[in-house]
Amino acid sequence: MRAQPLEAGGAGPLAAPRFASGARRWKVRLRIRAAIPRWVYVTLSISGFVLPLILWQWVAASGWVGSLFLPTPLDVVHSFMEWTRNGLTDDTLISIYRVVMGFVLAAAIGVPLGIYIGAYKWFEALLQPVNDFVRYMPASAFIPLVLLWVGIGEGSKIAIIFIGVIFQIIVMVADAVRRVPENYLEVAYTMGARQGEVMQLVIWRGILPELLDILRINMGWAWTYLVVAEMVAANSGLGFQILQSQRFLNTPKIFVGIFIIGLIGLLFDLAFRWLYRMAFPWKRA
Amino acid sequence: MSQSEVHFEAVSKSFARRKDAPLLVLDRVSLHVAPGEFLVLVGASGCGKSTLLRILAGLETYDGGQVILDGQPVHGPGADRAMVFQHYSLYPWLTVKDNIRFSRQLKVVRDNLTSSDVEAASGRSDALLNLMGLSHAANDYPNQLSGGMQQRVAIARALMNRPKLLLMDEPFGALDAQTREVMHDLIRHVHQLEGTTIVFVTHDVEEALYLGDRVVVMAPRPGRIDSVVGVPFGRQRDQDLKATVEFLALKRQILHRIRETSGMKTDRDMLDQLSQQGSSS
Repeated sequence: MRAQPLEAGGAGPLAAPRFASGARRWKVRLRIRAAIPRWVYVTLSISGFVLPLILWQWVAASGWVGSLFLPTPLDVVHSFMEWTRNGLTDDTLISIYRVVMGFVLAAAIGVPLGIYIGAYKWFEALLQPVNDFVRYMPASAFIPLVLLWVGIGEGSKIAIIFIGVIFQIIVMVADAVRRVPENYLEVAYTMGARQGEVMQLVIWRGILPELLDILRINMGWAWTYLVVAEMVAANSGLGFQILQSQRFLNTPKIFVGIFIIGLIGLLFDLAFRWLYRMAFPWKRA
Repeated sequence: MSQSEVHFEAVSKSFARRKDAPLLVLDRVSLHVAPGEFLVLVGASGCGKSTLLRILAGLETYDGGQVILDGQPVHGPGADRAMVFQHYSLYPWLTVKDNIRFSRQLKVVRDNLTSSDVEAASGRSDALLNLMGLSHAANDYPNQLSGGMQQRVAIARALMNRPKLLLMDEPFGALDAQTREVMHDLIRHVHQLEGTTIVFVTHDVEEALYLGDRVVVMAPRPGRIDSVVGVPFGRQRDQDLKATVEFLALKRQILHRIRETSGMKTDRDMLDQLSQQGSSS
C-alpha cells in the first residue's frame, strides 16, 4: 500500500516520476513492507514448494547420498501408493481421532478455566502459579506415568495430547481475557450490566477471535504430541507407522508419514482460518 | 424530562502507592450539579477531574465524604448514568445499530419491558441514528467509521436508555479540530433536545466555555476545586462566539488560573534559570 502513490507518480516532490524505469520500480518493491504484485506472490509461494523438490530430486539422483538416507521423490510416491493399499486410511483416521479427542477435551476444560483465571483474581491466585509450574514440565516426560495410570489403550494417547496442550490453552485464554480493554467492561457497567452479563456479552464475545486463533495454534501442537504418544505406545496410527518404518529401514515411508501429518495439519489450519473469516466479518474491514 | 441532581459533599480519594504515602487525588471536593445543567470540569492533568467523574459513574470508590445522586448515595454504576469515554468504548463485533441497542440485551432493561417498549426502543434507536447523522452507517462495524462517527455512536448508545445523567470523559479529545467543532454543536443540540443533566470533563478551556452552563476549574496536588465560573452566554451559541472579546477574556482568565495552579510556572522559572546558566558559561 505504501508504495502505491510512488508508483502512480502522484503529486508531491517525493513521488517517483510517472515513467519510472523498471529498475527503479523494483527497487521500490524491495522496501520494507512494500506491496508486491499478485502474480509475483503466487509464483514465489509455488516456488517455495517446487524448488526444494527439485533440489531433493537432484541430490537423490546424483548418488552422493545413499537411497537408504535419502529416497527419491518417486520412491516416496511409490511408498505412498503401497501404504494406501495397506491401511493408510485407518492409520490416518485413528490418528485424527486421537488428536481431536485430546484437543477437544483440553479445550473443553482449558477454555473455561482460562476465562475464569483471566477474569477473577481469586481463580488467578489459586490456579495460575501451579499452572505455570506444570506447563513447563514436558508432556513427553509424563508418558511413563500415563501408561502406568491409564494403560496402553486409546486413553493414554489422548491423555498425552491432552496434557500437551491444556496448560498452554489455559495460559493463552487467560491472557486473551486480560487483553479485553477495561473500557469495554466499564461501558457495560454504566448501562447496568451485571457480572454474568459482562462475562457473556463483553468478555466472551471479545475474546472469540483470539480464542479461535489459540485453538488453531494448539491444534498444531496437538499433532506434535500425537507423534510422541504413538511412537511410545501404539500399534496403529501415523506416528506408529513412522517408528515402524525406521525399524525396517523403510525410509520412503517415513517421508510419507511426515508429509501426511504436515498435510493434515495444514488442512486443519486452513479450516480454522476459514472459520475465522466466516465468523468475524467485523475483523476484515 | 427526567434530570438528575448531584451533590458532592467533601469527597476525598487517595490512591495507595507501593513505597510512598498514599497520593491524595481529591481533597474534600464539594460541588452541586443542578438538574438539567451542563457542567464542565476543566483542569490540568492530575487535578482529579476524571476521577471525580468516574466516582459519580460508580466506577471508582471514594474514601471520604458523600456523593448524592437524586437523594441517594452512589454505590457502584447504574443504568441511570450513562458514560461516554475517549477511547475504546464501542464493541467492534457489533454493528453501529447493535452497539446503540446494546443495553436492550441487559436484564436490568429487559425486566421492565413490555412489547410496546420494545417497539418504542427500535423507534428510539432509529431516531438516535438520525439525530447523530448515522442512518447510512447503521449496519457498518465501528472500525469502518471515522473517529468522529465512532464517538457519535458512543453518544447515541449512551442516550438509548434515556439516562437522567450523561457523563462524558474527554469524549472529543482524540478528534481533529474541525470534527470537534461539529461535535460541540451536536452535543449542545442533544442537551437541549433531551434535557439530560451533563457532566463533561475536558482539558480544553475553549471547549469547556463553549459547552458549559458552568465551568469548574480544578487544580492538582491535591485535586481540588479552584474556582467555579458561570458562563454568561445563554444557551443559544454558535461558533462565532469563540471569537468575541467576552469569550476570549473568560478563556484567558481560566487559562491563567490553570497555569498558576498546575505548577507550570515553576517549569518556566527552571527554563529561565537553565538558559541563564547556558549564556554565562
